[in-house]
Amino acid sequence: MSDITKLTIAQALDGLKRKEFTATELTSAYIKNMENGRHYNAYITECADKAMIQAQNADKRYSEGTNRALEGIPLGIKDLFCTKDIRTTAASHILDNFVPPYESTVTANLLDDGAVFLGKLNLDEFAMGGSNETSYFGPVINPWSKDKNLVPGGSSGGSAAAVAAHLCAGATGTDTGGSIREPAAFCGITGIKPTYGRCSRYGIVAFASSLDQAGPIAQDVTDCALLLNSMAGFDEKDSTSCKVETPDFTSFLSGNVKGLVIGLPKEYRPEGLNDEVAKYWDKAAEMLKSRGAIVKEISLPHTKYALATYYVLAPAEASSNLARYDGIRYGFRAVADGEHLDELYIKTRSLGFGKEVKRRIMIGTYVLSAGYYDAYYLKAQKMRRLIQNDFIEAFKECDVILTPTSPITAFPIGDESMLQNPINMYLNDVFTVSVNLAGLPAMSLPIGLAENGLPLAMQLIGKPFDEATIFKVASKLEADAGFERK
Amino acid sequence: MAIDTETVKRVAFLSRLRIDDDKIEATKEEFNKILAWIEELNEINTDNIEPLVAVNNTALRMRKDEVTAGRCKEAVLQNAPAAEYDYFAVPKVVE
Repeated sequence: MSDITKLTIAQALDGLKRKEFTATELTSAYIKNMENGRHYNAYITECADKAMIQAQNADKRYSEGTNRALEGIPLGIKDLFCTKDIRTTAASHILDNFVPPYESTVTANLLDDGAVFLGKLNLDEFAMGGSNETSYFGPVINPWSKDKNLVPGGSSGGSAAAVAAHLCAGATGTDTGGSIREPAAFCGITGIKPTYGRCSRYGIVAFASSLDQAGPIAQDVTDCALLLNSMAGFDEKDSTSCKVETPDFTSFLSGNVKGLVIGLPKEYRPEGLNDEVAKYWDKAAEMLKSRGAIVKEISLPHTKYALATYYVLAPAEASSNLARYDGIRYGFRAVADGEHLDELYIKTRSLGFGKEVKRRIMIGTYVLSAGYYDAYYLKAQKMRRLIQNDFIEAFKECDVILTPTSPITAFPIGDESMLQNPINMYLNDVFTVSVNLAGLPAMSLPIGLAENGLPLAMQLIGKPFDEATIFKVASKLEADAGFERK
Repeated sequence: MAIDTETVKRVAFLSRLRIDDDKIEATKEEFNKILAWIEELNEINTDNIEPLVAVNNTALRMRKDEVTAGRCKEAVLQNAPAAEYDYFAVPKVVE
């Protein structure tokens, strides 16, 4: 039998249904890959024993004919999703002993559909970062690395690396400013951040609640559709969950793009945009044109301000969300130096959080503090309105927006310019953050290799709750690009 | 607006974070770099713009005021760094 871990989820489901192999065989093969692939540092916690029990149940279901949508498919779970009785760390020292007594809604949905969980995947601490280097558990290595170890992108770096290296069939991710799309781009695979409110945030460790959204990271567009079918849905337990139908996202894959209007925002082609990125962007537009789509230049005038807006709002929300880590009810507790309760809090938080998380908590605290609230936080909320309005106007003229996902390819771990100035790292999010600010769905998919041999990716941005058009267009781009994954 | 050493210390305390004395100057500079970058937002006049608080701003749902998850004392205390007599235990804080 050929290597069954190279199959997509759709192919694996087919093989399981035809009894070409069993769920136990499939899970065993992935466990072997997971163990042989430990040098990638993609997993924080492996759950091989639990996975084997789930796989045996799946085989029973197949033999009884009661198999569900993802029966026996081995997945990796970003370690930001609470999983009942499985340690959930958010890649932070402050949570490194936390075992949730409950299951996040998204992972519960996947379990209800028969998925097998191989383990918990590495990420930037509290999902704050774009390279997976802020993890308390160390950086993840991009499977595309050759002579130098490259970052997988972040924050869902473990998810993207594990999918690219076949250490799981698919993975969950979360995206607050590009955390699904950038790592998917750097690792040459596919990921979608759905519309805000499409997937429940219940049980996901909160970073910036008005921006956070869960989504799948997988080998291809079809697998993303299969996973999103299961992950999405209204949830009483999340007050921002939207009461909308979850369509069968795979039903849009065969759709026709003829007559669809594809918008190319001119502000995404700033002076100095990497030539190769620009070239592939034009090529992608050409591919859709030759299938009968109409390509049109559009304008998103406030694009330039999206990053600064994001780096006010996200830290502000983070500083508030992370106030709960006080060493009292769960997580790490330091031994206080003095007798004041504040001393316990301060020591616990100072030892428990990493550098980038502390930086963002402080920036967030500052922009929310008396005297600065209006100048920074309120200002940024007003800018957010303008950025959302840009998209509302643009979508009067087009059906979907095509842009590059990232201005660069994966960079080496420990890159000096990124480490010396946090703003240089933040700039990598330039094409992705606007989408979170406006709450829109967006997918990243690989389009080709740069001259350095590393993947480049395109992003498709849709109207709110119109993931359908994204899937339709993405399936065509994917077919035309013919990108060869790892 | 650039911030001074005192503000850095105050924000650190508000955040309940310690910054070692020898790191305060560097933290201040890094802070000012980020704040200077954020200043670019002032290029845009937003006087009459309604702040955007939530992207799906439908009214929050109401529900009956009743227990939805209860009788889970053990689960609640399961992760406590210290627990005694079914309570979270903390160092003595009241004289």
